[in-house]
Amino acid sequence: MDSIIKTEDLTFSYASVDGEASPLVLSGLNLEIEKGTFVAILGHNGSGKSTLAKHFNAILLPLGGHVYVNGADTADANMTIDIRRQIGMVFQNPDNQIVATIVEEDVAFAPENLGYPPDEIRRRVDDALKIVGMYEYKDHAPHLLSGGQKQRVAIAGVLAMHPKCIVFDEPTAMLDPRGRDSIIKVIRDLRDNHAVTVVLITHHMEEAIDADRIVVLSDGEILMDGSPIDVFRDIANLRKAGLSVPETVMILHDLKDDGFDIELDTLTVEGCAQAIYDAVAVHDL
Amino acid sequence: MLKDVTFGQYFPGNTIVHRLDPRTKFILTIIYITALFMASALIARLLMLVVLVTCLILSQIKLKVALSGLRPLFFILLFTLILNIFFVKGETILFEYRRIVISLEGILAAVFNASRLIMLIVGMLLLTYTTSPISLTDGLEHMLNPLKKIRLPVHELTMMMSIALRFIPTLIEETDKIISAQKARGADFDTGGLIKRAKAILPLIIPLFVSAFRRADELALAMESRCYHGGEGRTKMKKLKTAPRDYFALLFGAAVVAAVVVLGQFNPWSI
Repeated sequence: MDSIIKTEDLTFSYASVDGEASPLVLSGLNLEIEKGTFVAILGHNGSGKSTLAKHFNAILLPLGGHVYVNGADTADANMTIDIRRQIGMVFQNPDNQIVATIVEEDVAFAPENLGYPPDEIRRRVDDALKIVGMYEYKDHAPHLLSGGQKQRVAIAGVLAMHPKCIVFDEPTAMLDPRGRDSIIKVIRDLRDNHAVTVVLITHHMEEAIDADRIVVLSDGEILMDGSPIDVFRDIANLRKAGLSVPETVMILHDLKDDGFDIELDTLTVEGCAQAIYDAVAVHDL
Repeated sequence: MLKDVTFGQYFPGNTIVHRLDPRTKFILTIIYITALFMASALIARLLMLVVLVTCLILSQIKLKVALSGLRPLFFILLFTLILNIFFVKGETILFEYRRIVISLEGILAAVFNASRLIMLIVGMLLLTYTTSPISLTDGLEHMLNPLKKIRLPVHELTMMMSIALRFIPTLIEETDKIISAQKARGADFDTGGLIKRAKAILPLIIPLFVSAFRRADELALAMESRCYHGGEGRTKMKKLKTAPRDYFALLFGAAVVAAVVVLGQFNPWSI
C-alpha cells in the first residue's frame, strides 16, 4: 500500500536557550503511515509523540533525516502550504484553535486562506459541519458551546481543507467523558465513511483499541509497533513505556495468571465478558 | 462578576440594523458623532435623541442592555456632571454657600453635556452590538484598503483586532476562574485601600498573562496548520455587498446632518 507519511531517520531536538546541545526528542525514527488506515501513536508525557506529530505537517522541520508527505519533503518551503492542506491537525485545547467568533466563519478560515471562491467555501463549510454534526450550530458563538462541541468545530475547520489525513494530537485530553465519546465517534466515522487517514496521538489506551495499528513511542524511539491485540498483549513492554494497560486486557491476564484457561485476543468490554463467560463455563464442567 | 460586561459585545439578530453593510454602519457612526457635536441647539439635540432611539428600537436591542454598556464609564459621567454643576457660572443662582455656587445654567449644562456623552457612547455601542466582530473587522479592512499602498499592514492589523475580540470572552472566563482559585486560597480582592487592592490584583494578572501567551502560541500553531500565510491570496466566504438599504441609510444620515445644521441656524431655544 501507498504511504501518506514517511519519516526517514528523523532526528529532532529543541534548541536550548543557552546554546548548549539539548537531548534528542526524536532519535532516528523510521515510520510509515499507510493511506486510509487508523494509526494510534501512544506514549507517556515527554516520549516525543507531539513533537513527532508536528513534523507531519511541516510545523517543525527535522534536524536530521527527512519527512515525506505523499512523496514531498517537508523541508521544501515551496510545498509547505500544500503539505498542510493535505495533513490537517487537531490540537488538544479547542479554545485555542478557534479563530473566529462565529462557528461557520471559523470553519471557513482554512479554505479562505487557500483562496477558494466564496461559493466553494460555502459548500465546504456546510459539508464539514454536517460531517461532525454541528450544522445546526453554524451561527452560534463558539465560546458558548461545550468542550466537545468546540472540538467538533475545530475538526470541521480542518475538514474544510479536504485533507487526506488528519493528525489528532490528544484531542480528548481536555474533555469530559461525553465530549470524549463524541470525538471518538467522529474520528471513527472519518476513517470508515470519508476515506480519511487518521493518526491519533493519545495516552488513553481505550481510544487506541479501535486503531488498525498502534505505535508506542518511548524516549523518541519506536518501542512497539503492531496491531492493538499484539501491542496490548505485551504488558511488560507497555509498562516499560510508562503506559497503563486497558482494564479489559488486565482482567483477562490476571485471570490467566490465576490458572483460568482464557482467550486473550479481545480488547472490547463485550469480548472480555464473553471470554470470561466461556472460561467460567468450561471450569464449571 | 465579569461575565456581565457587555462593552463591545455582539448581540446576534436579524433586524435591518444588523443587516446593514458594516461599512455603511461605520460611516453612519462617524456621521452620527459629527452631528452630535454639531447639535448644540436643544431641538437639534432632541432630533438626535429621536434618531438614536429609533435606531435602538429598529435593532431590537433592549434599553437595559444598551445602558449597561455605560457602566464602565460611570465615573467619567459623574465627573462631567460635577464639573459642570459646580464650575459653570450662570446668572440664575439656585444655591450659594461660601464659594460654592450652583446655578440653573450649570445644571442645564451638566445635563446637556452628560446627555451628549451618553448618546455618544450608546451610539457607538450600537455599532458593536449589532455588527459581528468578523464583519466589523472586514468592514474596517475594506475601508482601510487604500492605506495598503502606503505599506500599512491593514490585513494584519484587522486580523489582530478580530483575534483580540474573539478572545475577550475566553479571557474573561479565565479571569473569573483565577479569581475563584485565589479566593479559595484566601486572597482578598474586595476590602482594603486602593494600594492594597492594586496589590491583590497582581497575583491575578500574572497567571492571566502566562496563560494568554500560551494561548497565543497554540493559536499561532493552529492557524499555521490551517494554511494561514498572511493576507496574500486570501478570499472571503461572505463578500461584503451593499444593498439598496445601505444607500437609503446613508441618505437618511445625510438628511439628519442637514436637519441639525438647519435647526441650529434659526432655533430660538439654543443653549
